[in-house]
Formats: sequence, structure tokens, C-alpha cells
Amino acid sequence: MRVIESGIGEMIQPPDLDGFRAWNREKKSRELVDKVMTDAEAISRFVTDGCYIGTELYGTVRCPMTLVREVVRQGKKDLRVAGQGVTELDLWLGAGLVKTLDITYIGLEVFGVSSALRRAVESGQVEKVVEWSNGGITWRFKATAMGVPFIPIRAMLGTDTLKYSAAKVVECPFTGMYVCLIPALILDVGLIHVHRADKYGNAQIDGISGFAFEMSRACKRLIISAEEIIDTEELRRYPDRTIIPYYLTDAVVHAPYGSHPGEMVYCYARDERQLREWVEASKTETDTQAYLQKYIHDLADHQEYLDLIGPQRLEQLRAEEEGRR
Amino acid sequence: MNELEYNPTELLICIAARQMPDSVTAFIGTGIPMLAASLAQKMHAPNLVPIFEFGGTGARLEKLPRAVGESRTFYKGVAASGICDIMETATRGFVDLGFLGGAQIDPYGNLNSTIIGPQHHPPKVRLPGSGGGNDVGSLCWRTIIIMRHDQRRFIPHVDFITTPGYLTGPGAREAAGLPPDTGPYRVVSTLALLDFEEESKRMRLLSTHPGVTVDQVIENTGFDLIVPAEIGSNAPPTAEELRLLREEIDPEGFYI
Repeated sequence: MRVIESGIGEMIQPPDLDGFRAWNREKKSRELVDKVMTDAEAISRFVTDGCYIGTELYGTVRCPMTLVREVVRQGKKDLRVAGQGVTELDLWLGAGLVKTLDITYIGLEVFGVSSALRRAVESGQVEKVVEWSNGGITWRFKATAMGVPFIPIRAMLGTDTLKYSAAKVVECPFTGMYVCLIPALILDVGLIHVHRADKYGNAQIDGISGFAFEMSRACKRLIISAEEIIDTEELRRYPDRTIIPYYLTDAVVHAPYGSHPGEMVYCYARDERQLREWVEASKTETDTQAYLQKYIHDLADHQEYLDLIGPQRLEQLRAEEEGRR
Repeated sequence: MNELEYNPTELLICIAARQMPDSVTAFIGTGIPMLAASLAQKMHAPNLVPIFEFGGTGARLEKLPRAVGESRTFYKGVAASGICDIMETATRGFVDLGFLGGAQIDPYGNLNSTIIGPQHHPPKVRLPGSGGGNDVGSLCWRTIIIMRHDQRRFIPHVDFITTPGYLTGPGAREAAGLPPDTGPYRVVSTLALLDFEEESKRMRLLSTHPGVTVDQVIENTGFDLIVPAEIGSNAPPTAEELRLLREEIDPEGFYI
């Protein structure tokens, strides 16, 4: 296959598909084992300094915020991150935990650019930044989910996004057309928040699935946090709704309001006040550290976080959720 | 406020909404495109199919989404899938329109939302990055770009091509491998509506907003704009458009 162009970005996490097969054979048990544990235990067992890590969906929508905050609390450092984020990756950037980034979008959506990203990248604190599109990075998970080293896509072509990525442009051996090849991306650890799971790690998501299907199949270790832990027999009545079967999952953390301050469709609305508090705090280094202190370091766990936000406000968010009306 | 007074954002939303026909699929991003799609559904395009990158398809935009993944992006929708399905739908040629924005645009409609300055890393200013922008600009049949119009944003060469316009000119998209017959269709700026000349693929002035002169548009553009002999003028927002925007679409004033 003729290579027309090669992106100059570094391959931060080179894929080893045969190694991944062997890992899945040896390290992922098919036994039904109770995997319920605390957020502290899940993060300390599976997230290591320097690991390559990703979070699913993003900080204002069905995001594993409980797990994200626990990573900050434990100060896991030199993280290599697949970067699609709105506020959640801000917390890691603000805490100085990120060493390299495969970035597609880190910003605050309607609130604008991410000050935490700007400080961390412009100062050189984040040592390497490799560019991708949203489709590109998700299709990289898809390649891993397919068990193949790359897949061809028709985006990124002709741009600096491709030039500063680790993708390649080739001539298709069947049709002669130019396509962009993106390499499989295997996460050391993936974090996904779901509506419900059983204790073995079978997991169900309501509403849009974002990239949970692909990412859950592209992780060596997968930590699930769930609004509800339900009985396996109940979950087995609706197997069509299970998008993550238990053998993909390494840990199950019970985290009601686990997406707060983001929303959880059919459960609770996003917390506009809390989101704006981060947007404001993140503008300066001092206020960023104060926010991290108040909402993470001064609290022992997720329950203390919920206590701090307060039951009244959480109930209000449940009432605001429009659901299927 | 007198009902026929309006702010620049409201004008942008109305002009953008009028570019959306009924019964087309349209890739919608955060901000003005959401308001414009909602307004179009309420005014003239009840069967407009909004498509959001994380899976929401065909929502009735009765209430305004504040994020491209939130529940309102599939409220009373026809489907709620995931990002791969959406991007693959666009790759197969099912997405008619896409909306884009950026910090910089050049005469060929190439967009930058990645960095400001000559060096990629560390950059002078780090912006969010492509997000779905590159995918939308690559894969939708037509894209509509919404931009604040000034000399710092409309420039001869963008610092970084995040999202492809016509790249270096006629034939360049196809030569790069992008799907044929795609590319920027309109630019809705704070001053005017623009398109791209067929032969050169360079930006051309179509019509100016109320109270804006052709000279003002030229002065605020940092490159040579194609200015035809006849320039149209865009109608101001109607009372009904403003009522819908203020009373139904964004009564909390989240965006406007």
C-alpha cells in the first residue's frame, strides 16, 4: 500500500493487537466474580502513574465524575490521556496530572475555551499534544474493538489536524482512492459511567451511548461507575439493553449522582450553578487549586461530596430532568 | 425592548435559520446552530432533522440543548445512537448540511480552532481542537460557517487548518481524498452572508445585513473578497422570529 503522507505526531500509545488478545485471554476472567468496590479501591488498584487513560462521554453529560475526582484525590500523575473533555479533563489538567494528550476537543462548550487546558499546554506542562478529530479518536477505539491495527476513514484528510496526528494517508489497494488510516488505540484504563450495572459488571446505558460501546471494548482495565447496582436476574430480563458484558469490566463502583455536575438522562439534570462555579474558578491558578481543595481533597469520598452539594439541590436536579415527557 | 429591535446574535440566528430547508439532515453544534435549527423547525422546516455528534437524531428542539450530548439532543427524536453511527452516517453521504465555526477563516473557508501562532507546541494560544469540526467539514455535503466578522478572524492564511474548506482551491479537496462535491456553502457572519465562487472557490459577498455597507464588509475582511456588481440585502428578523426566539426557544436568555 502506497503511503502518501504521514502525520508527524507521536504515537503516544502504540497498539499491540496480539498482546491485547493475549491480555484478554489471560487477564480478563470469564468467571462471575463480585467486582463491586469503592471508588478509592478501584482507582488505586487499576490506575497507575504514567498509564494511558480515557473517560467516556464528557463532563456535562453522563461522565464518570466520581472516578475522575478520585483520580485527582489520589494524585495519579504523568497520565497519558485520550482527550475528549468538558470540565472532567479540566480537573486533571488543573491538578497537573497530565503528561501527554491525544486531543480532539477540550473546552467548555457554551462557556468557551478551557483556561485549564490553556495554562497546562501553553506553559509546556503537558509535554506532547497529538491532534485528532472526534470521529478519528472514536474510530481508533473502534479499530481496537474490531481487533485490527487500523481502519480507514474519510475525515482528517488535507488538514493540519492530520499533519499533527499519528495518522497516515494511503492509496486504497482496491479502489485507488486516498484514505486516512488511523491506528487502533488501546487504553490501559477506561472510565465509564452508566445508568445501571450488576455486581459482575454487566452494564446498561439509557439514551445516547456516546462512545461507550467502542471504548469499553478498547480497554485493558475498565472501571464502571453506576447510578444503580441491580440484581443480575433483573438485568438478565433485558439483555438487549446491556451494551457492556461483565467480562469487559474490572470494577463496579456504586455512584449515585456519579455524573454530577453533569446530567444523567432520565435521572437528573445538569447543575448549572456548579458548572459555572468551575468555569469561574478555572480562570486563575489560585482559584483552581481552591476549587480542587474544596470539592476533592477536603472530602474523603463521593458521599461527602454529595453531602457538600446537599440533598436539596440534588433533589432539585431530579425534578428538573425532563425525561420522556 | 421594541419588538423590532434586535441584537447581533439574534440576527445571526435568524439568517442561519433561513439557510435550512425542510426535510434535510443537518449536523448541529453547540450555540447558534442549535437556536437556528430550533427556529427553522418552528418557522418553515418542521421536518428538519437535527443530528448531534454523540447520537441524537431528529429531535424536536422545543427546548434548547446546552451541549451536543445532552438529553434535549434526542428529545422526541427518531433515534439515539452513538458517535460512530453518526460519523458513519455522514461518511455514507446522509448528512446534507453541517454547521461550523472557528477562531480564524481564510478565503477558501479553511477553519482554525486549534492554536493561535506559528508553533504547534507549545502554542501561543491553545484552543479546544477539532472536536467534530473536522469530521463535519470533511463529510457533510454542504457546510455553513458562522463567524464573527473582523480582520483578525478573516485572514489570508489561518495559523492551523483544523477543518478543511476548499484547502488551496479548486480540486484540492478531491486531490486530498475528501468526498467529491462537498465543501463550504455559505458563511453567515455578523456583517453579511457570503458564499464561494464556483471557479476559484474563493469567498464572495452575497448580501449584507441591515445597516451594513459593502465597504464595511471589505474593511473588516483581511483578504481580497470577491465583490460582485450586485449585492443583496438581508431582511431583518421578523416580529415572529424574535417572538419565537425570546419566548419559546431561549426564554432564560442562555444564549441571546
